[in-house]
Amino acid sequence: MKLRIYVTLKPGVLDPQGKAIEHALSGLGFSGVDSARVGKLIELEVADDTADADVDAMCRQLLANTVIENYRIERA
Amino acid sequence: MKTAVIVFPGSNCDRDIAVALEQATGTAPHMVWHRDTELPAGIGVVAVPGGFSYGDYLRSGALAARSPIMTAVREQAARGLKVLGVCNGFQVLTEAGLLPGALMRNAGLNFVCRDVALTVENAGTVFTRGYQSGEQVRFPVAHHDGNYVADAETLDQLEGEGRVAFRYAEPVNGSARNIAGIVSVDGNVLGMMPHPERRIEPAHGGDDGKRMFAGLLETVGA
Repeated sequence: MKLRIYVTLKPGVLDPQGKAIEHALSGLGFSGVDSARVGKLIELEVADDTADADVDAMCRQLLANTVIENYRIERA
Repeated sequence: MKTAVIVFPGSNCDRDIAVALEQATGTAPHMVWHRDTELPAGIGVVAVPGGFSYGDYLRSGALAARSPIMTAVREQAARGLKVLGVCNGFQVLTEAGLLPGALMRNAGLNFVCRDVALTVENAGTVFTRGYQSGEQVRFPVAHHDGNYVADAETLDQLEGEGRVAFRYAEPVNGSARNIAGIVSVDGNVLGMMPHPERRIEPAHGGDDGKRMFAGLLETVGA
């Protein structure tokens, strides 16, 4: 089974990388980009019987730093 | 006094901090590999050095913080072992949950590599007793992810409890409230981005860092 884990910065956490992208887009002439935020996509191939609780634990213990990041699990 | 330095793949200040500890104690520290599961018996200080452990993959310090030796460091820290994390070591300690907050990409996106002025905010910690509160010192910084982030409540708590050990005296990386180094609730764990171990003899351009190791070892009982 394939899982996609989306790790994103929590709202309110300043994202300097996103800011730089936002500025670069406006430098290219794209108007109307109000904000850009950079996150991560982690793809996992796991056994079909992997429990949801285990996937959640993987996210909390390693894949996301829950001090600054949120995560969302998507089953592909 | 016996000390130890944790070595991760990608550590690059492990030997620098070993020299600083040896200078202060007269004895070379134990170099402990990250795959080890126990710290040497009878050590008083363990250093988590700077560098780019695991190539900063996933997040700076994230993978090192989950390595086997960190379980032992966490257990011993709970019993009062003095833990000093510098630069990548600070990132490892926040990722390991030994210190609050997180270190994010520098606000200017640049890798900052220069000497910076710091104010010793609290000279009452075991790590800063060689200084006076309010004193200014200069240490080198060399990091890409030194932008300290924590929620307002945590920041207020750190300030209120005197747990901000060092503060940048100039803009460096966008850190919340210019925080450069903090200690744990019990005061036995210090994390800081600047490098005191790179400022321990005149040939380094100054020895402001020397007093940190000397003061720490005096507390622990050299």
